[in-house]
Amino acid sequence: MDLLIPGEGLIIWQLIVFVALVFLLSKLAWKPIINSLKEREESIQNALNTAERARAEMAQLKSDNEKLLKEAREERDKMLKEAREVANRMKDEAQTDAKKAADKILAEARAAINVEKEAAMRDVKAQVALFSLEVAEKLMKKNLSSDKEQKNLVEGYIKDLKLN
Amino acid sequence: MSLFSSKFSKIVPFFIALFFAGILAFGQEHEQSVAVDSAAKSEAESFNASEVILHHVLDDHVWHFWDGHHGTLFLPVIVYSSERGLETFSSRNFYDEHHNVIVYNGYTLEHGHIYLNGSRVFDVSITKNVAMLFITAALLMVVFLAVARGYKKNAGKAPKGIQSFFEPIIVFIRDEIVKPNIGPHYEKYFPYLLTLFFFILFGNLLGLVPGSANLTGNIAVTLTLAVLTFILTNVSGNKAYWGHIFWTPGVPLPLRIIILPVELIGIFTKPISLTVRLFVAITAGHIVLLSLICLAFIFHSVVVGGVSSLIVLFINLIELLVAGIQAYVFTLFTSLYIGQATADHDHH
Repeated sequence: MDLLIPGEGLIIWQLIVFVALVFLLSKLAWKPIINSLKEREESIQNALNTAERARAEMAQLKSDNEKLLKEAREERDKMLKEAREVANRMKDEAQTDAKKAADKILAEARAAINVEKEAAMRDVKAQVALFSLEVAEKLMKKNLSSDKEQKNLVEGYIKDLKLN
Repeated sequence: MSLFSSKFSKIVPFFIALFFAGILAFGQEHEQSVAVDSAAKSEAESFNASEVILHHVLDDHVWHFWDGHHGTLFLPVIVYSSERGLETFSSRNFYDEHHNVIVYNGYTLEHGHIYLNGSRVFDVSITKNVAMLFITAALLMVVFLAVARGYKKNAGKAPKGIQSFFEPIIVFIRDEIVKPNIGPHYEKYFPYLLTLFFFILFGNLLGLVPGSANLTGNIAVTLTLAVLTFILTNVSGNKAYWGHIFWTPGVPLPLRIIILPVELIGIFTKPISLTVRLFVAITAGHIVLLSLICLAFIFHSVVVGGVSSLIVLFINLIELLVAGIQAYVFTLFTSLYIGQATADHDHH
């Protein structure tokens, strides 16, 4: 047989066998193989898509949770701050009230003391005047028995007058 | 070398022969007498390397494994002539006891062609390559039915065994060869392309087995495959494809007239290039391997034999690579041609 001239017998057999092979393999082998591969690829793709969706959902949930947590934390901080302010204000008010009350009591006490003091002073002045009159009377009775002493007395008054 | 090669070439073909003895029982009648010693001696004295090589590369009516008793598988001859009609007989009838070619029933065998009264008859014999074709087809059926069974058995599970060996190759063909070249409507052509790829791959690989036939390195086989691709391409060719050939758009009128014959020739150069590429790549590889083996017999030297064996080993590895590459290339170009013929819009 020749190297470069195709033999008619082999061409015919090749044609028959190869075409038969294409049909048989297509029906019996390639179809199930291709279909199974496609199915598997689709199921893998679906599984991947589902996983991706689940991941996204998880991320969404997580971010939601974080947002909620953050909000709760802010709320708590706000409440604490407000409570602190209220407490401070109440403390300040109480202090001012107490101070006011104390001042009032003090002022009243001072006024009462002054009234008492004035009354006492008045008494003391009256008593002193009385005592002075008595002392003066006694002194007069004792010392003004001599002229010299009268003179000294008068001079003493005068001196006092000058000073005043 | 000779010891190793004779041992090797005896064992491997023996199993192949056993395997096919049943299928090809029709032609299986063996040489009766052993008159090999003298013949072998005279052969060794007048060793003709090119004859040996061509004998291994070409098709034949017998399947010769080794010299001697039971060494040759006689294949059935099927011939048709207008005078005698369809006739079948064993090719053993063409050989006498000493393995000399004789005339049988008016038929003469000359250089692989059968003549009846001086004119060639239509020869559809089960030749060595046809037998090899059956083997390849049978192996393809067995292997891929097993793969398909794997998909049924392991439905929804990870691939296993032979299935997991072929799955990446099938996916590679689909994703790297067929889809990018044909496009989204590739599925119609995918089974043909898969068959094409694995037929060429198995043919190439089986052709490398010592004692086997050079199926995919036969121009009749490659021509048939290329013609099938040619028919498929032109049958599925759409308006844009034919429009591009007969009235190339976007080109001035005088140029269109020049381009027309070029495009027409282009339709036919595609299958011719497919035919020649595969044929040459595989046959050349076989010739190189056989030439290197023949060196030992030309020089009658064990040293040369040892060295050439090493080179043969290396070339064999390259041939394994070529087997895959040629299957890939044939499938790639077929996909490309189909893709060009069925492209939705014109690129120019």
